[in-house]
Amino acid sequence: MAKSIDVSDLNIYYGDFLAVEGVNITIPAKSVTAFIGPSGCGKSTFLRSLNRMHEVIKGAHVEGKVLVDGTDLYAPDMDPVNVRRLIGMVFQRPNPFPTMSIYDNVLAGQKLNSKKMKKSESDDTVERALRQAGLWAEVKDRLSRPGSGLSGGQQQRLCIARAVAVQPEILLMDEPCSALDPISTSVIEDLIHELKTEYTIVIVTHNMQQAARVSDDTAFFNLAGVGQPGKLVESGRTEKIFSNPDNPATESYIQGRFG
Amino acid sequence: MTTTLQRNPEPDLQSLLHEDQLPTWLPRTLVAGAALITIALVIGTSLSIAQAVLIGWLLTWSLPIASRVVEGGRKAADRTVTLLVASAFGLALIPLGSILALVISRGAPQLNAEFLTYSMRNVVGEGGGIYHALVGTLLVTAAATVISVPIGLFTAIYLVEYGDGNRLSRWITFLVDVMTGIPSIVAGLFAYALFVIFFGEGIRLGIGGAVALAVLMVPIVVRACEEMLKLVPNELREASFALGVPKWRTVVKVVLPTAISGIVTGVTLAIARVIGETAPLLIIAGLTDSVNFNLFSERMTTLPVFTYFSVKFPGVPPEASIDRGWGAALVLIIIVMVLNLIARAVSYFFSPKGER
Ligand SMILES: Nc1ncnc2c1ncn2[C@@H]1O[C@H](COP(=O)(O)OP(=O)(O)O)[C@@H](O)[C@H]1O
Ligand SMILES: [Mg+2]
Repeated sequence: MAKSIDVSDLNIYYGDFLAVEGVNITIPAKSVTAFIGPSGCGKSTFLRSLNRMHEVIKGAHVEGKVLVDGTDLYAPDMDPVNVRRLIGMVFQRPNPFPTMSIYDNVLAGQKLNSKKMKKSESDDTVERALRQAGLWAEVKDRLSRPGSGLSGGQQQRLCIARAVAVQPEILLMDEPCSALDPISTSVIEDLIHELKTEYTIVIVTHNMQQAARVSDDTAFFNLAGVGQPGKLVESGRTEKIFSNPDNPATESYIQGRFG
Repeated sequence: MTTTLQRNPEPDLQSLLHEDQLPTWLPRTLVAGAALITIALVIGTSLSIAQAVLIGWLLTWSLPIASRVVEGGRKAADRTVTLLVASAFGLALIPLGSILALVISRGAPQLNAEFLTYSMRNVVGEGGGIYHALVGTLLVTAAATVISVPIGLFTAIYLVEYGDGNRLSRWITFLVDVMTGIPSIVAGLFAYALFVIFFGEGIRLGIGGAVALAVLMVPIVVRACEEMLKLVPNELREASFALGVPKWRTVVKVVLPTAISGIVTGVTLAIARVIGETAPLLIIAGLTDSVNFNLFSERMTTLPVFTYFSVKFPGVPPEASIDRGWGAALVLIIIVMVLNLIARAVSYFFSPKGER
């Protein structure tokens, strides 16, 4: 379980527009890696290129390699659908399926793919995923109620449960707490701590304290200038990036001098 | 030269925020008064209804005028526009109300068991019924729906989910717009010409009518479905993709269920739009006095065609036939209303859980 990611010389485009340029990074297995940087520098774009969600946008494409345990996700014989089964994703805004109950939302990955499951098996999957997402106690009595009836924080945890229910190797999270209140945020941060024993987690955050709290490694992205592509400035252990970064731009960003 | 900023003396909030207002009961009383005067004029004087209503309507303008005097310009403008909007609404209701009143008053006496269960076979003068036309309308419209909904829905799915504004989808959109403008008689001629190729001149078939109606329905269905599919948030598609669900399953299991209530409503409106078509069916489905359950052979009468012939060629004496025409028109209106009710029920039960 849990795989590491090696990215080499990755350029990411929207049509002709080069959004992110020349990323080289290794994301270790079973740990939490945080992406920080000013908005518009390409954090989401890079994150979405890690499970080939980037290319669902018209004209979007990448150059370079993304290796997961040595396998290139962008090799010609790779099916993006299978890649996304391996690498799950949680979005900035909670997006449970409005037509489905809480129970069905958790099982969405299986149900939408028409996977046959025994009732007991699916009950187990739902309970395990909801427990992992720290939502079981709150919803166990109303599993048949619609998922859209939950609070924002609960909906986001439902989305996390949905992502872990398909048992991915890697979990990508794009600012999962930015639409949430502080209490839901801290619940989700605790959750990330627990999930990292089983999953490789990559989280985008604009909140520096959050990066410092939850992550083992941190990668700082920045724009070289207006109209220039975003770049990975530096990455490394979180303690080092936050206390003694190599690059002065990283230091001034972390100290809050821009961005 | 130095200027010091002079702060105004502390404003008196009471006088600043206060605004004279008409008493809340006044608008309703004025409108009710105008209505009473209108009724009194109709009953008590020799004025016609239209004249009395016009006088009553002019009287309601006392409300914005009073408002202008007491409340000032902003609220008077509000009341003026409210009055104009309400008047426009009333105006729009007049044709609807008068059609309903006329059709119900002339058609309702015809409705009885015989009228609904007998055809016109071997009927001269009084008696007989619309059973054959009812069957014809239901069969032809159902067949038109069966033809046009898959075509329309699949076209809309292509346009929204796969076309992505490419050249083909722009062409399709253009052609759908052109199709929307096709006169119904042309749709009928098209269906006739089509079936003449296979069956020769003079062909009359129920299915031909269905094809003609389908030509009229397809663009409406495409447009309605397209709008509904566009309303499905992209986030849901992305959520599904991110779970490793292929695109076609995402469309079938996420996008369509989310949009289904709107799609059903759109299809129902399309049916309601074509169920009253007469001209194309005159050409290709024809007229018969007998019940015909087979769309693929012989003529098939529908309610609008039946109504047309009953009133246009009533025979001697004409009264019974003309009355049957009104009855058929009423039944047609009832069918459309029932369809609308069904659509509402369906969209209520299919709408995303938690949003009811
Ligand atoms: N769908 C898109 N189409 C075209 N350009 C985009 C799209 N999404 C993002 N971009 C551009 O890519 C760059 C990086 O954006 P993004 O990855 O969203 O930044 P971040 O997540 O770091 O705030 C920005 O210049 C943005 O304008
Ligand atoms: Mg972002």
